[in-house]
Amino acid sequence: MIPELEKYKTADTSNINNWFKAAPVTAFPENGGACVKYKELQIAIFNFTRRNEWYACQNLCPHKMQMILSRGMIGSVEDEPKVACPFHKKNFSLKTGKNINGDTCDIAVYPVKVEEGYVYVGFEE
Amino acid sequence: MTKIVVIGNGMVGYKFCEKLRAQATEGDFEITVFGEEPWPAYDRVHLSAYFSGSTADDLMMAPRSWYDENNVDLHTNEMIVKIDRDAKKIISHTGHDYAYDKLILATGSAAFVPPIDGVDKKGVFVYRTLEDLDAIIDYSKKVKSAAVIGGGLLGLEAAKAVIDMGLDAHVIEFAPRLMPRQLDTAGSATLQAKLEALGIKIHLSKNTKKITGNGKITGMSFADNTNLNTEMLIISAGIKPRDELAKDAGLTTAPRGGIVVNEFLQTDDTDIYAIGEAASYQNMVYGLVAPGYEMATQVVNQLVNTEVKPFMGFDMSTKLKLIGVDVGSFGDPFGEIEPSKPIVYENKNSGIYKRINVSMDGKRLLGGILVGDASAYNILLQMTQNNMPLPPEPEDLILGARGGKEAAGAGVESLPEEAQVCSCENVTKGAICSLIENDGVTKVDEIKSCTKAGTGCGGCMPMVNDLLKHQLKSMGKTVKNVICEHFDYSRQELLDIVKVKGIKSYNELLDQFGQGDGCEVCKPAVASILASTWNELITKQDTIQDTNDRYLANIQKGGTYSVVPRIPGGEITPEKLIVLGDVAKRYNLYTKITGGQRIDLFGARVDQLPDIWEELIEAGFESGHAYGKSLRTIKSCVGSTWCRYGVQDSVSFAIEVEERYRGLRSPHKLKGAVSGCIRECAEAQSKDFGIIATEKGWNLYICGNGGSKPQHAQLLINDVDRETCLKYIDRFLMFYIRTAEPLTRTATWLNKLEGGMDYVRDVVVNDSLGIGEELEKEMAFMIDTYACEWKEVVNNPELRAKFKHFVNADEEDPNLKWQEMRGQKIPASWG
Repeated sequence: MIPELEKYKTADTSNINNWFKAAPVTAFPENGGACVKYKELQIAIFNFTRRNEWYACQNLCPHKMQMILSRGMIGSVEDEPKVACPFHKKNFSLKTGKNINGDTCDIAVYPVKVEEGYVYVGFEE
Repeated sequence: MTKIVVIGNGMVGYKFCEKLRAQATEGDFEITVFGEEPWPAYDRVHLSAYFSGSTADDLMMAPRSWYDENNVDLHTNEMIVKIDRDAKKIISHTGHDYAYDKLILATGSAAFVPPIDGVDKKGVFVYRTLEDLDAIIDYSKKVKSAAVIGGGLLGLEAAKAVIDMGLDAHVIEFAPRLMPRQLDTAGSATLQAKLEALGIKIHLSKNTKKITGNGKITGMSFADNTNLNTEMLIISAGIKPRDELAKDAGLTTAPRGGIVVNEFLQTDDTDIYAIGEAASYQNMVYGLVAPGYEMATQVVNQLVNTEVKPFMGFDMSTKLKLIGVDVGSFGDPFGEIEPSKPIVYENKNSGIYKRINVSMDGKRLLGGILVGDASAYNILLQMTQNNMPLPPEPEDLILGARGGKEAAGAGVESLPEEAQVCSCENVTKGAICSLIENDGVTKVDEIKSCTKAGTGCGGCMPMVNDLLKHQLKSMGKTVKNVICEHFDYSRQELLDIVKVKGIKSYNELLDQFGQGDGCEVCKPAVASILASTWNELITKQDTIQDTNDRYLANIQKGGTYSVVPRIPGGEITPEKLIVLGDVAKRYNLYTKITGGQRIDLFGARVDQLPDIWEELIEAGFESGHAYGKSLRTIKSCVGSTWCRYGVQDSVSFAIEVEERYRGLRSPHKLKGAVSGCIRECAEAQSKDFGIIATEKGWNLYICGNGGSKPQHAQLLINDVDRETCLKYIDRFLMFYIRTAEPLTRTATWLNKLEGGMDYVRDVVVNDSLGIGEELEKEMAFMIDTYACEWKEVVNNPELRAKFKHFVNADEEDPNLKWQEMRGQKIPASWG
């Protein structure tokens, strides 16, 4: 179980060595998320249309180790963009990955860029 | 920087650290805490919750991260073995020593084990730590019965644990009654009757002499020459303060145990304090958490140099729920300290006993006992502690409002400012009202975080809520329940806005009337409002829906979904049953029959949902809306068509009702039922609306529900015909949809509604607000615009395409794991 979590590490934006071409912009809903496969990882990508921002994080919710975060509702708490896990509504910051409302661990977040209608996710390795 | 060392990381030790950090200037104190248990401080009061599902994590007072974040150096699993007062240092079992400037002894107590012959046999446990509980749970797997020595608070908690483990339970008490320190003979007898009704066997006036068995316990024998066979024993016969460290260091300890302290909680050594169960003040040890917290508070006050209130003893009034029975004991429960006259209400039929002790001049309340119904506890305690004048007929206090009005002189408004509303955290009425009046506090959550009131046992919350409402009302403000930080409106207001302004999308509403970017609270709430107003296909705004509504299915462990087609009235043809069986077989779905009289198919991957539904729709099924805050089912019993007792055709009516309201979305789920006669086999009285056949027509009941807080529905009207019945249901449902808070069942809505059932009857049956026709029209619109949402999705390629796990691959979720049970699949356990 825990080894599964360790596969996901927040990518430092100044150290991106690999921009993964995930999917076209049209594959993603507005103000919501979808899941992409990258090697053996599952990455949740969120199109925060209201803020004109994109975010990505691990699809794995550390609370009960479920691959589900991409299906969660996004929103904000004060000004921090967040996603709420569909199962038990654990809130995670989409900027830092911090678990906002509880006692579970933080998640990994990755930078996203959009070029010529395609969404890319940045990884360090 | 003053070095504070705390020995003991129990509830009181933890509270001390929490309060010191909250009040001290940063950098003034270095805090180090030693706990001998492996876990950080946990809630020992609610220990029995461990048997009904709570985990160790759930019971933590604060997670380890709290200690890190608050600069408290926590050492768990480390026992202190010696205090060197001259060198001002303590030595732990690891051999390390630690220096202190001030030492706080919060070593608590150990379970008292009476010196019974055979007490060291296997299968004998005490009931104090999580470790004890784990050992008990482990041993319980091999036995069928267990006895508990001790019929006091803790012993009865342990007895509940025995029942929760599925064992035969016996309670052994030395005294002639249970809870001898809190209850009198009659009160105790009332409690005993309730416990015996639950299957717990009570043995009073029993002095255990011997524990028998060869190596492990098989029974007990008592001084009166009787015996009891039992396979496990839990000893809960009191506590013994852990004063051994203090004794060894030369500090005075009390003859009955406990480290002697003065009213400032100081021991003989001015640098050493003792708090909690380890401390003895005037030869009394305080075994409740509230006095322990008070002790911690006063030591903190001394350390940070603020006003100190000397500890002069503590009111041991207590209210708790023991095995589902409410018990309260306050002031002088036996009326012995000061001469008094008791007023007693005893109802053996309903298992209620209430006693109040009134002063000889009839003016003051001195104490009392409540068993079976302790709802008056808070106000009675306030009256006792604050010497509040009694009403002219003091028996009103325990007999309740008998004239249809609230009991006079028993509201929060008559409490004085110094009245202690929250005893765990010592918060007065004045403190709370000041927050509301001067600091602009308008929500209960704010009161909780500012004062900590309600964060201990939570028993004061009804009073805190009442106080908030009352204070705001007196300031001319009413309490408005805004739905979240993104909207400054209540649900009713948003519903009105949506209707009047013709707003059809969440984004529109947020842009024009909200702030920020929304959240998982307001999105589904607004989605529900939009659905109840415009009845448009919800998947068009899929990202504002809660997960179940987004995929029109109920999410399960592992991330697959369940499929529930509608089976109106619970009636199905053999052909349709075969279709369901066939679909389940081919898609390898786990099948189960639901409480709503329909069939649930589990284990469908998100990408399989549209395919499954396409087949079901082809066969004539529709969505069952099992996933929505919406109408679910109308159950039925077979009624007059087949049943020899049935007086009306309940199945036909149930089908008609279910097809009328299918697809309706509401503040919370709606369940109905139709029974064909008075025997009520469809259990209509536990539904949001329930219809029961009579010779003359139908009786309509509303606002019931099952679940964790069951409540019976109440009669709205009797003996009406089919059409009238439907008209009233239309009005009732629409009225509820218009006025309820988010996620409030009809029962809770009714309980909170001023005027209650009489008011609802007035509005719905007598049309007192003149909105009857309007409500019926709104319902007619819902019925006319109904369309099966699965049918719409199945026939719309764009919507169908959203049902995928990955958007960049056609693979299914590689994480899905299964195991087998009784020939069907279930998800592998989740972590």
